[in-house]
Amino acid sequence: MLLPFPYLSTALLLCWLLLNQSLEPAQILLGMLLAVAIPLLTRSLLPLPRARVRRPWLLLRLLAVSMVEIVRSCLSVSRIILFRRSRGIHSQFIRVPLDLRDPYGLALLSCLINCTPGTVWVEILPGTHDLALHIFDLQDEQWWIDTIKSQYERPLIEIFEG
Amino acid sequence: MNGLETLPAWAAVIVICLLVLGGAIVLIGALGLMRLPTFYQRIHGPAITVTLGAGAILIASMVYFTAAQSRLVVHELLITLFIMMTAPVVSMLIMRVAVYRDLRGRKGGFAGEGDVYRQPTTAQDRPDTK
Repeated sequence: MLLPFPYLSTALLLCWLLLNQSLEPAQILLGMLLAVAIPLLTRSLLPLPRARVRRPWLLLRLLAVSMVEIVRSCLSVSRIILFRRSRGIHSQFIRVPLDLRDPYGLALLSCLINCTPGTVWVEILPGTHDLALHIFDLQDEQWWIDTIKSQYERPLIEIFEG
Repeated sequence: MNGLETLPAWAAVIVICLLVLGGAIVLIGALGLMRLPTFYQRIHGPAITVTLGAGAILIASMVYFTAAQSRLVVHELLITLFIMMTAPVVSMLIMRVAVYRDLRGRKGGFAGEGDVYRQPTTAQDRPDTK
């Protein structure tokens, strides 16, 4: 492998070019220098070995699906805030058994769940592999569990563990 | 701001729609923060602000400057990226602090024996009347 961290380096180079809003050769050169140097300098901060993404296209598809889901949840949370009486909102913690074990997969799952309005990830309950999740307006606990397992967890298992 | 008069109509329509949508969502999020009764419900209010609200405003900004300056202006994507990376972590940390303080402290230690936490019914967290 030519670069020790190809994904991170690409992302850093893109960040640098976006930040400077230019495609001049000098900026590209400087950006490439930073993109190689920063991962090497911060390597000791990484607690885990590098993530291995098996199926990048599936990852992009997952992100697109979650984007749609975020917009939909935004609208439903807005509707609840505007039109529902506070007493009628049924907020509750639920428990979702997870099969995903990869730390990077779990990190991505928590970010996706927390980005979606109406759900907040609390923690993986100590000693188990169960996720404690807080739902803004809980109607059907099994529906949430099924949705999270089929829409988010299965693609993540294929991406990071498959 | 220069370029406002030369902004083409199609861009103006898109920008206006996105700004109204974003502004409305941010307002609703703030309203939720104000009128929801418990902490565990209030944490969901700002979530719509940082996702759809900020997103719509940032897209409006990209469309406006791209059309007004006749070149591609997309460095707002960086703001989106950093919001998307930091907001979930912050909400998770706040949630966990609340859970640890409220629920575990109150019962004198949570053994992790498999109960999902119960909804807090402490007096100060629930206004009795409106």
